[in-house]
Parts: sequence; structure tokens; C-alpha cells
Amino acid sequence: MAKKARVYVTLKRGVLDPQGSAVNRALHAMGYGEVSDVRLGKYIEVTIDEQAPEAEERKRLEEMCRKLLANTVIEDYRIEL
Amino acid sequence: MKVGIVTFPGSNCDHDVYHVVKHVCGAPAEYVWHKDRLPAGLDAVILPGGFSYGDYLRCGALARFSPVMEDVVEFAKQGRPVLGICNGFQILCESGLLPGVLMRNASLKFICRDVTLRVEGGETPLTRGLAGRTLTMPVAHAEGNYFADPETLDRLEGEGSVVFRYVGGAPNGAARDIAGICGGPRRNVVGLMPHPERAAEPILGRDDGRRLFESLLS
Repeated sequence: MAKKARVYVTLKRGVLDPQGSAVNRALHAMGYGEVSDVRLGKYIEVTIDEQAPEAEERKRLEEMCRKLLANTVIEDYRIEL
Repeated sequence: MKVGIVTFPGSNCDHDVYHVVKHVCGAPAEYVWHKDRLPAGLDAVILPGGFSYGDYLRCGALARFSPVMEDVVEFAKQGRPVLGICNGFQILCESGLLPGVLMRNASLKFICRDVTLRVEGGETPLTRGLAGRTLTMPVAHAEGNYFADPETLDRLEGEGSVVFRYVGGAPNGAARDIAGICGGPRRNVVGLMPHPERAAEPILGRDDGRRLFESLLS
């Protein structure tokens, strides 16, 4: 059985996000004055074949995040299984 | 002095670098396909600019896992010269051979224009006898905004590992106007965003970049 893991990669707090700022400004220009900040991230769906206990799956997903999916110098990641 | 120039899928400055090494500087050069291993007998390796793997996920993030990179990391750890230009610099950062990361330009724009750099820090294979000089050459990138945490930046500055700095402010938002840094056991790994290979012949407008290649090949 295949299942989907959801990985969210977001910029660390304190790392400037020029794309987020541009979107923030656009929303303001559109009249959404209530918006005070926008930060962009990535949403990654990883389909995995279920064959290991969830703890093991999670461990391997963490490894994928650290090695490839996120650059931990500037990004945090969150995994949902 | 034999130079290996790595071609990744999406590299587009490999031929320019080859031309400068081989025809402008007269040194032996050969291409190395990213799926191959480094051939024996190389004295330096250059990761050229371009858009390896289409810049998918992050610039340089996928190229870093190309088979050749295992050898490049080993080559670098042995203290032998590795130069990364533009996308090559991004790959060096992603592979952990250099600290930090190149983020999207603060302006969000692709920047393609001449910049002036000051050569700083301790000597590297690329900058022998050039400390204090200013050199002009083009940048051409959307992700050249160098970022590292303040401790890392302080360490780089303290070690004299900031090798190139933009004069008159970074065009891309780079921390402390950093255009290039070095690392490795013998300051042998150098990465920079500007393109010395595009400014290596007077007929193309400038030849400041040639000095860096001449240093590397000397």
C-alpha cells in the first residue's frame, strides 16, 4: 500500500523572504490591509510504499529532508505522515 | 596543469570555461560528464555556471548528488583546487564544501551586468598575488544572495575566507557584500558568483577574469 507523506519546507525565522515581501505588497495593493506578513515555502508530497513501521518511515523522511528536500542553513521542515 | 570541467545537465558555461583554459591560457582541459568519475591526472576541477537540473528544488541541490561529486568532494578534501563559478558556487555550497547558501536575489530579478570586485582575504589558488586588486566582470544570476548565519560570516571574515567582495554594494543582497569565498583544507575550494570566463579576452570587452585563471594555472 502506497501512502503519502506531506513535507512542508519553510524559511527559518529571521531569514529574509523577498518573494514573501513582494506577495505581501501585492496583497496590500489589492486592498487586503489586514495582511501584515507573508512567507513562502514549499509543499512536497512524497509517496512511499508502506513497508516499515511509522517511526522508521519518519526517520527516513527526516533523513530525506536533511539531505535533500530542505537546506537546513535557511529552511525548516515539517513532516506529516 | 590539467583542468577538468564538469558538465552537468543544464550547465551552460562549460564551453566558455574550456575555451578560456585551453585557448586563452593554453592549458590542457577536458570535459567531465557528471555521471562519470573524475579521470586521473587532473590538477584542478571547475564546476561551471548554468542551470544544473533546471535549478529544480534549489539551485545546485540535485547536482550535488551527481556521481562525479563524490570524487570532487574527495579531490577537494585532498587540498587540490576546486573552483565553482555561479551555479558551480551554488553546487559547492549545497554539497557542504563551502558554508552558507545562495538565495534568491533581494530584488527578485535576474541580474546580468558588470560588477567590480575587490580581491580580499588570504591567498587562494585563484587569487595569487591579487589581494587588494579590483577586477571587473559580469554577474548573471537570479540566486546570488549569499547567506550564512552571523557566526559563520564572522568566522569567514576572521579566517580571511571572504575572497571577493562587491565594490559599491552587492547587487543581489548578499550578506556583507560577499561575492566569493574559499574553504577546504588549504583554502583550495573557491566559489564566486561573477563570471571570470566571460571577461577573459580584450575582444570581449574585458580581460580581468583572465588573471584568476592564470593564477589557477600557474
